[in-house]
Amino acid sequence: MNRIHTLFNTKKERVLSIYFTAGFPNLEDTVPIMEAIEAGGADIIEIGVPYSDPVADGPTIQDSNQIALQNGMSMNKLFEQLVGFRAKVHLPVVLMGYLNPIMQYGMEAFCKKCKEVGVDGLILPDLPMQEYLDEYKALFDSYGLVNTFLISPQTSEKRIREIDGNTDGFIYMVSSHSITGAKSGISEEQINYFERVREMNLKNPRLIGFGISNSETFTTASNYSNGAIIGSAFIKVLKNSENLKEDVQSYIQSVIN
Amino acid sequence: MIGVDERGYYGSFGGAFIPEMLHPNVEELKENYEAIMASPEFQAEFRGLLKDYVGRPTPLYFASRLSEKYGAKVYLKREDLCHTGAHKVNNTIGQIILAKKLGKKRIIAETGAGQHGVATATVCALMGMECTVYMGELDIQRQRPNVERMRILGAQVIPATSGSKTLKDATNEAMRAWINNPVDTHYIIGSVVGPHPYPEMVARFQSVISEEIKWQLKEKEGRENPDLVIACVGGGSNAAGAFFHYYNTPEVRLIAAEAGGLGVESGKTAATTAKGTPGILHGSKTILMQTEDGQVVEPHSISAGLDYPGIGPVHAHLFEVGRAEFVAVEDEDAMKSGIELSRLEGIIPAIESAHALYALNMIEYKKDDVIVINLSGRGDKDLETYIKWGGY
Repeated sequence: MNRIHTLFNTKKERVLSIYFTAGFPNLEDTVPIMEAIEAGGADIIEIGVPYSDPVADGPTIQDSNQIALQNGMSMNKLFEQLVGFRAKVHLPVVLMGYLNPIMQYGMEAFCKKCKEVGVDGLILPDLPMQEYLDEYKALFDSYGLVNTFLISPQTSEKRIREIDGNTDGFIYMVSSHSITGAKSGISEEQINYFERVREMNLKNPRLIGFGISNSETFTTASNYSNGAIIGSAFIKVLKNSENLKEDVQSYIQSVIN
Repeated sequence: MIGVDERGYYGSFGGAFIPEMLHPNVEELKENYEAIMASPEFQAEFRGLLKDYVGRPTPLYFASRLSEKYGAKVYLKREDLCHTGAHKVNNTIGQIILAKKLGKKRIIAETGAGQHGVATATVCALMGMECTVYMGELDIQRQRPNVERMRILGAQVIPATSGSKTLKDATNEAMRAWINNPVDTHYIIGSVVGPHPYPEMVARFQSVISEEIKWQLKEKEGRENPDLVIACVGGGSNAAGAFFHYYNTPEVRLIAAEAGGLGVESGKTAATTAKGTPGILHGSKTILMQTEDGQVVEPHSISAGLDYPGIGPVHAHLFEVGRAEFVAVEDEDAMKSGIELSRLEGIIPAIESAHALYALNMIEYKKDDVIVINLSGRGDKDLETYIKWGGY
């Protein structure tokens, strides 16, 4: 069974997913960071594949993408690093990446590699649902990869239902109409949106992302969903860290406790 | 048939590869733009402003001394005489009326050289709408007069400080701004790029260029169809406009002049079809310059308006099926053609348009062929570049 399914079968609340950019802050940090995320007590690891033009991301993640590329990160390099990581890391792992680098690598070759190294799912923010259904769903399914879709406060109820019907992992709820890292705190308007989606009784679990940075925002998000995703705030921790292992663990501890 | 299909594709290029956060906006546009554009009220307002505000129709001018030199009948479509100095305003007039009909209150735009930014700031002033233009930090330094023009017109110019700090990054920033303000804001894209329906919508607004060429040529030559139409291609909006009504008239040769920069093999070029491969850029599948790993490569051209790593999906399709002939014009040659036109016809062209002029030296044609060159903009904005180049 896919590790994402196993996770949500046993844990329904306060699921924490942590995003980091592969190759940041240093090229060879990828697997050590994954180990530290697991040791810290998070539930899902989301690895960002760096891209020169990440339009859905705010300045913090953009910078980390640029630095990762300067450090020499590439799809080949990432898969090299991930060979054998399953001996050390047991959490579900999701790759988040923009479509172009994956297309250049080759969609099928990419899926095959994901399966070989032990990746469980994908988040491809610029892959539209219809394109996914027409071109890629069968391929992803055949390699056991769960595809996650985003929804935002502007997404209509009809489309949320369609998305819910076309995925079986989790739904990534963008907390505001916003790029990553743009806002802090959670507003009443956002709470209304969280409640509205909660009351739709979707079959998929929901994780709230964008604007989650600490214990307080994690708890608020978790009150209205199955948990949350932290990206920009975690990148800042990595950026300022002198001891990655310790800082990653203590940051995650501070969020979940 | 060359044209967009229901899914927003031209052959294998196009589509709408956008984050879900933009889906409602793009869907709203897709659902409404055709009906709005077809409505009599829209057409009356659009045509009225093109005539009285932009100054259309622009002349189709028979360039006799240029013709003599090249041994063909060369006509210049004088988009340089449009208000604000280039064809860009045809599109911004159309899109701002559309934005009003959609009930939008704010306008955002990206700009490279500043021509589209100025054209957007202009129509926002005209309609009393708030305007924010994203421009690469480097381009802001390179194109000071256009930055100040936008400010005089009341627009806010925000520097794009990410990536290479040029047009591609300004486009990324404008898309991010749209994601952050999806409800009341319309994004006026300046070229035939971006997610469907933008490429088609912008091409239709610019298609007034070839619509006029047809009747003007009929008056002058007794026929609607020239033997060749030549236009420069960065993203490709002026070329799309000049080619539009000839896409499916195969006896009219379409010539697209890309920016060769310092040479196609120099590593400093914007010749997308020569150096690019299929991929996704700014929401559509097209041809773009990229590394083997799929990272977008920074282009180079002496002309800021052609300094873009991709081309519109319709041009990728014209290239793929061989409907248009693509040539790469190097910086130096474009500059020489700019001076040549100035001396032969008394017209200082934009350096973008000078690329189209130089194409005359790179293609085969018959004596007395009727050739229409789309003179997309005037050279005022490029004075600094002409002075620096100095070869006159």
